[in-house]
Amino acid sequence: MADSTVSQTASVSPDVPEIGRLRLPLHWLGVAPFFVFALLFLILPTVGLIAGAFKNAAGDYTLDNIIALSQPKLAAAYWVSIQISFVSAILGALIGLAMAVAVVRGGLPSWLRSATLTFSGVASNFAGVPLAFSFIATLGRLGVATILLRDIFGINIYSLGFSIFSFWGLILTYLYFQIPLMIVIITPAVDGLKKEWGEAAATLGATNWQYWRMVVIPVLWPSFLGTTVLLFANAFGAVATAYALTGPSLNIVPIQLFAQIRGDVLYNPNLGYALAFGMIVITGLANLFYILFQRRAERWLR
Amino acid sequence: MKQGSRFWAWLVFGVGTTYFILPLLATFEFSLRKRRGEYSFDAYRTVFGDPNFQATFTYSVIVAVFTILLGVLLVVPTAYWIRLRLPHLRPVVEFITLLPLVIPAIVIVFGYIRMFGSNSALPFLATARGADALLVIGYAVLALPYMYRAVDTGLRTIDVRTLTEAAQILGAGWTTIIARIILPNVLIAVLSGAFLSFAIVIGEFTMASLLNRPAFGPYLQNIGANSAYEPSALALISFAITWGCMSLIQILSRFAPRSANRPN
Repeated sequence: MADSTVSQTASVSPDVPEIGRLRLPLHWLGVAPFFVFALLFLILPTVGLIAGAFKNAAGDYTLDNIIALSQPKLAAAYWVSIQISFVSAILGALIGLAMAVAVVRGGLPSWLRSATLTFSGVASNFAGVPLAFSFIATLGRLGVATILLRDIFGINIYSLGFSIFSFWGLILTYLYFQIPLMIVIITPAVDGLKKEWGEAAATLGATNWQYWRMVVIPVLWPSFLGTTVLLFANAFGAVATAYALTGPSLNIVPIQLFAQIRGDVLYNPNLGYALAFGMIVITGLANLFYILFQRRAERWLR
Repeated sequence: MKQGSRFWAWLVFGVGTTYFILPLLATFEFSLRKRRGEYSFDAYRTVFGDPNFQATFTYSVIVAVFTILLGVLLVVPTAYWIRLRLPHLRPVVEFITLLPLVIPAIVIVFGYIRMFGSNSALPFLATARGADALLVIGYAVLALPYMYRAVDTGLRTIDVRTLTEAAQILGAGWTTIIARIILPNVLIAVLSGAFLSFAIVIGEFTMASLLNRPAFGPYLQNIGANSAYEPSALALISFAITWGCMSLIQILSRFAPRSANRPN
């Protein structure tokens, strides 16, 4: 082992110091398993899909698959997905922020704060099939809340057009993991609002509203935006909750892709790759913005 | 002003809490309704007595254990080595570990199906064992962001360089250093990552379903499509498992060392 190490380093450029020269291959050996794993099981499969999106069945390069994404059914799927992710992200972010502010700054007992954070940790991971079951049991046609509203308050939400299997039903369900995720991520930023800033503002004669408008909102704004796009990506990639709630009938991108992988409903695997490529583009952009906003937000957290 | 803001805080908190508690209570109530006219635990009895429940749950637990082992084997040496010798690679490795949050699970598994089919160079999907292995690998990828974050945080609290040098002076090899010096020192962080991985993996649906594995997630979905009260019981069981994992992480974090004697 040692011999081969020495012989392999013979060609290393001369500006590397003596010690480093002897150890260089060993350096790389330490992280090689990780990089091989990442390449084989994360990067290559994804790159393969992306490449497939730009090829036809014969293997020639083409833009046909990308263009085919604009056919009404798929375009509608993207549009509905974007709407659901957008609305659930905005609502989740606003409600999550309100709860984080209430718990951190609202003068509530301090045990409520730790209880809320613990619960948020659990609920943000409680997505998928079981979550869908819970909401069907609560707000389904025979759900407990549906029956209570009907029998006690005389409000039949299903005759008013609500359904847990609809757009708003899905959003109501997604909020169950979106709000806690927001609370988990935004609480450190709310913590970062220093008491001195409030006192300084009060000393200068600012009203409560001025303090919020000129201090709190500008400071929290980048964190808020960043987390909102993260919630967007979170909802956009979610399959299991939607699938368990509505079955394959709902026309959103992850479910279209799921059906495509399962049964090749589009009769063209390359179109499936294009569908996946579109998802990567959207979640990738969302995460890019998250990183940019987060970098801005960190200025205030030092 | 102070009084007003406290009122709003309680109002927001109360409405939020209602939204979060109500589905749990409703699910519980619903799960007790299996026997007509009275509350009973029949739904739970049916679930626990179902051989498919036992089989799929056991399968998922085994997959989760292998996922955790693979994750630890992959992440601990890498994070250690990056800290010790290759700090300039840290941004690259961090970027890679965050990719599973960017690329949806359904896309990753689609890539697997395309790349590891029966006719490929690495035909994982040609055999059931191979597909099991691929599921473990896929879950390790999904858990990578959490595992890496946990282990890296753990490593930050110990003096990696001094420990390594001391071990080397005493004649330890790399395997000994990682297995008997580093791992025990970051064990609490590793366990946190492990429980989080477990919570993510145990009821996972998308990957297991698309790789056609007899896991707990697809079983849940199947039950949901075919029965009325059992899904509620299963939802609460799943919630309890997630809750248990998170509680264990919280308890463990109390034993974690706060900071290193010397930052490195």
